[in-house]
Amino acid sequence: MAAVTDMDSPTPAPAAATGPGRRSSLFLRRPFFTIALLATLAYVGAAVFAPWVAPYDPVQQSIDAMMAPPGPAHWLGTDSYGQDILSRIIYGARYALVIGLCSVLIGAAGGLVIGLAAGLAGGWVEWALMRVIDSILALPSLIMAVAFIAILGQGVDKVVIAVGLSMIGPFARTVRADVMQVRVQLYIEAARLMSIPRWQVIARHVLPNVVFPLAVQVTIRISEAILVSSSLSFLGIGVTPPTPDWGLMIAEGRGFVAFAPWMSAMPGLALALLLIALSILGDGIREEYDPKLRGGS
Amino acid sequence: MILRGLVRIGQTLVVLLIVSFATFGLLKLAPGDPVQLALGAEYSETAYRSLQREMGLDQPFLVQYLAWARDFATGDWGRSYVARTDIFTFAVLEALPVTLTLASLSLFFAILIGVPLGVLSAVKKDSIFDAGAAVFALTGTAFPSFLLGILLIWLFGVKLGLFPVMGYVSPWQDPVTGLYHMVLPALTLSTYFIAMITRLTRATLIEVLEQPYIAAARARGEPRWRVIWVHGVRNIAMPLVTILGLQLGTLLQGTVLTETVFSLPGLGQMITDAVLSREYVVVQAGVMLTATLFITINLLVDLSYPFLDPRLRAR
Repeated sequence: MAAVTDMDSPTPAPAAATGPGRRSSLFLRRPFFTIALLATLAYVGAAVFAPWVAPYDPVQQSIDAMMAPPGPAHWLGTDSYGQDILSRIIYGARYALVIGLCSVLIGAAGGLVIGLAAGLAGGWVEWALMRVIDSILALPSLIMAVAFIAILGQGVDKVVIAVGLSMIGPFARTVRADVMQVRVQLYIEAARLMSIPRWQVIARHVLPNVVFPLAVQVTIRISEAILVSSSLSFLGIGVTPPTPDWGLMIAEGRGFVAFAPWMSAMPGLALALLLIALSILGDGIREEYDPKLRGGS
Repeated sequence: MILRGLVRIGQTLVVLLIVSFATFGLLKLAPGDPVQLALGAEYSETAYRSLQREMGLDQPFLVQYLAWARDFATGDWGRSYVARTDIFTFAVLEALPVTLTLASLSLFFAILIGVPLGVLSAVKKDSIFDAGAAVFALTGTAFPSFLLGILLIWLFGVKLGLFPVMGYVSPWQDPVTGLYHMVLPALTLSTYFIAMITRLTRATLIEVLEQPYIAAARARGEPRWRVIWVHGVRNIAMPLVTILGLQLGTLLQGTVLTETVFSLPGLGQMITDAVLSREYVVVQAGVMLTATLFITINLLVDLSYPFLDPRLRAR
């Protein structure tokens, strides 16, 4: 993989240079990254091929097999309705990944618009927009998502919107920071002196410098979106039953933890492993491409 | 410095204003007519009109907002029909202490365990212990707290029978039983922060230990523990407070989940219950209270920097 160097960063990133000579492949340098990537791909595969991979129908209830412990018939056991947990986890990957991805894209799009406007406008508009961003950031994302759910109601689409809206704040802030860095560059001033129209300067010079870091942020924040959406389901105000959503499954198993701990533990582990894999991926991507963020928050 | 502080306080007030306006406006959009809800299925036109006037709902939006903001500021938050109590008493006097106790106890655990882990990890850099701490730090920050809570309930409550798993006893009334009930919830919530503080302490301390003044302290022949714990760890305070300030939101939303796992009657439980029973007045109060709390603490964190870092005082 070719080294991506920022035109305007004066010094090369210190920690990125691993030893003398050419940089070796990303995958060889970061074995954990590779494992995490493979794990994530496995989840994506499970989500895409769910009907072929899952041994049972995820919402098929069975009185004969209620709360069966993990065994040869049901590898990960069944829940209180006799639904096969493995199948529900496999179908649940669809909900987790789709909700995570869609909501993070809503957040990024909103953040891009507000951040660009704030960074380019200057003056009192910028001040006002910054206070709006501060206000969005003033609420923890889960609390904000809960407030949106209160207005929108429950369901998959509502969760996507609520989680997406609650994520706008951090995106807007990073976009604005990037715009601020770009707008003082010499080439922007040069473009302005050449009396190139403003929108063209924005499209040609500002946007490309903003969109790439934004894409990096998107990949890093998918795990956050998945965590918040499954938290909503866990609280019982997100996706509604009998949707095979992991958060919902964990919540359903909570009351049976004394005699059927697998009901919560299995979907929980599925969620935890995905989050850990995504966070390793995020860390790796951040360190590779975003030297600015290194060491900071 | 005083001027900077005043500007910061001014900004905070503006943010609070926007948040309150948005909270009020958004929940106005919520489906359902409060007048209809209060009157039930059958009512006359005149009864509807008089109750509407009584609730102030015939007034323009801005007037309604101002009235609501005034009531909020004076502690007149209305009544919850589901919980059958005054909302102010319910939120501030009953739920908030539970949430604050849980949050502060978790923070206490996190610093108590996280800082030493991070210091050991930095001092024994690249050892097996360091690798173990790194794995813990990674899993700890990514692991969903509600799952951890359930696993702890299963292990310590069901299998080992060491801790109570449900119910809440106020530590202010009965310290021993109260704290005993709080151990598992606080441990659940603090794991993320222990992991984060371990990571941060390790990274900061490794950098600090390479500074010339550390070499100077060593050259003076000061004992190793003094070099690390006095000259080194003192420099962790600033980044630690910054990060903890930034992560307060995570702590607050963590309390929501932890309260649900352990059935603690805190703010998070209050808001979730209100969402489920569609009691928007309570949601509004809960969200405003959380936001006010979060914004105020962030302001305090910001204003505390000059006291933590003498270099900032000169400006």
